[in-house]
Amino acid sequence: LAGHAQRRGIALTVTPFLIAQIVLTLCVFVALLSSAAVMVYVERKVAARLQQRFGPYRVGPRGLFQPFADVLKLMFKEELRPGAADPLLFALAPVIAATAAFAAFAVVPFGADTTLFGLLKEPLRLQVADVNVAVLVIFAIASMSVYGIVLAGWSSNSKYSLLGGLRASAQMISYELSYGLALASVLLMANSLSLADIVNGQAGSWFGFIPRWFVFVQPLGFLIYMIAGIAETNRAPFDFPEAEQELVAGYHTEYSSMSFAMFFLAEYINMVTVSAVATDLFLGGWHGPLLPESLGWIWFLLKVSAILFFYVWMRWTLPRFRYDQLMGFGWKVLLPLAVVNLLATAAGVLYFGI
Amino acid sequence: LGSETALFYLFGTAAVVASLLVIGQRNPIYSVLLLIASFGALSGLYVLLDAPFVAVVQIIVYAGAIMVLFLFVVMLLNAPHEDTEYDEQSAGRGIGVRGAIVTRPGPRRFGAALAVALVVELVWTLRRSASAGETAIGGDAVSSVRALGRSLFTDYGLAFEVTSVLILVAMVGAVTLARRERVAPRIGGPSGPAAGRSGGVSILPGVGGGGASTPPGAE
Repeated sequence: LAGHAQRRGIALTVTPFLIAQIVLTLCVFVALLSSAAVMVYVERKVAARLQQRFGPYRVGPRGLFQPFADVLKLMFKEELRPGAADPLLFALAPVIAATAAFAAFAVVPFGADTTLFGLLKEPLRLQVADVNVAVLVIFAIASMSVYGIVLAGWSSNSKYSLLGGLRASAQMISYELSYGLALASVLLMANSLSLADIVNGQAGSWFGFIPRWFVFVQPLGFLIYMIAGIAETNRAPFDFPEAEQELVAGYHTEYSSMSFAMFFLAEYINMVTVSAVATDLFLGGWHGPLLPESLGWIWFLLKVSAILFFYVWMRWTLPRFRYDQLMGFGWKVLLPLAVVNLLATAAGVLYFGI
Repeated sequence: LGSETALFYLFGTAAVVASLLVIGQRNPIYSVLLLIASFGALSGLYVLLDAPFVAVVQIIVYAGAIMVLFLFVVMLLNAPHEDTEYDEQSAGRGIGVRGAIVTRPGPRRFGAALAVALVVELVWTLRRSASAGETAIGGDAVSSVRALGRSLFTDYGLAFEVTSVLILVAMVGAVTLARRERVAPRIGGPSGPAAGRSGGVSILPGVGGGGASTPPGAE
């Protein structure tokens, strides 16, 4: 008992390390929130440039404060709930969506271990929660995030919302398989389930100039991961749950004010998470030339931004699939490709012993 | 009370209460959600048992994939609320399809027998495990994914493969049941797809539309 009390005592002592961990967690939370705001601005600006418009330019210099104006507007709107809606689930659905979006990022490492310029005795890992099955945790939380959308669709008691929710569940199930198989082929290469280990397995370079990123040995896996990731986050060209032209606004047709904002937030944070995981798994995470290891998070940020830009670019370039095309592509093209890729990777690892 | 024990009771209570509420709901959507909550609590118990892999797989497979399908089906069929009072009333008057199912004695007795058997099994297992003390499985075999995979494909290889065959059989069965019958109109022959149903039946002598009314020995 004494030993136990002692252990608890140590756990409750406020150490600099604990403070650093709490500060880190808060920083990640705020960074995710502001990344959503930045993404709203970037999305509108890039979309405008792609369509030869200016985009928002009135609020602040170059329209930089537009996201804040949007948030203020949403906050002062009336919170509406349809009379026939299920009150409990209608209120719960956006909370589930936003929580799942934030939770997934908790296990994503975004920088090398640091002592904050000698401030701490033991190095702090730039990751909110160091879980040894991090990749699977991300996958699990991603699979839970569909409930927010599905429940929103059902509880609204509106036919458009219901159709959106049904589409979301069918689409998530279909693309989750390919997503998981693409993850598994990287796990085989890295021989670990920890994202930090996977990133560290990509340090260095081949022949001195090609970085040892998994994207070069797993090009197909990267492609499958990105396509399935876009489908998982319900972004165009896979934005069926909220297809405006067919379903008004899909699962969030009946939502207004901040509960709508939560879905909006969840979508952008999910995008950031998928991009961050792609960076960790395929693009070498925080490893890069020129910068020292302690500033690796700059590389991480650059890579994530590049993928996010690609996301936006895709949305305004490609038209939406047809629903049967979506299902056909997922089951008849993407899944077989992912299976073949996994088998080939496994054979390669077994034969060459990478 | 250690924090681990407290967490055990927290997750255990949550799992039991959620599971009980699953069968107490009249709205199938709430049943599905409570079952997910129960799975979440179970996954917490796995974490306490130092089996993070099993915990995460529990979430991915059950809560993430299977329950989404459940929810999909419930939403697609738009299953009505199970109205118990209506059932009882209609059963008393002897009308209503659902009332008839409820009062049918055979399935009811079978269900009761199954429930009793389950309780007996549970008590037996609990008594047995209490006397046997700590079981052999544990430690590295559960916590490490590598060890888990190895034991799954060597020690339990047969069970693993048999399970996969079982799932394959179930899948083939489901596809066969769900398959649309496209052969019938073609059997009808030259009468075309519009006459599909009667044409398909008329191939069998004596079963066709007019066969029953015509006396067998009229010719």
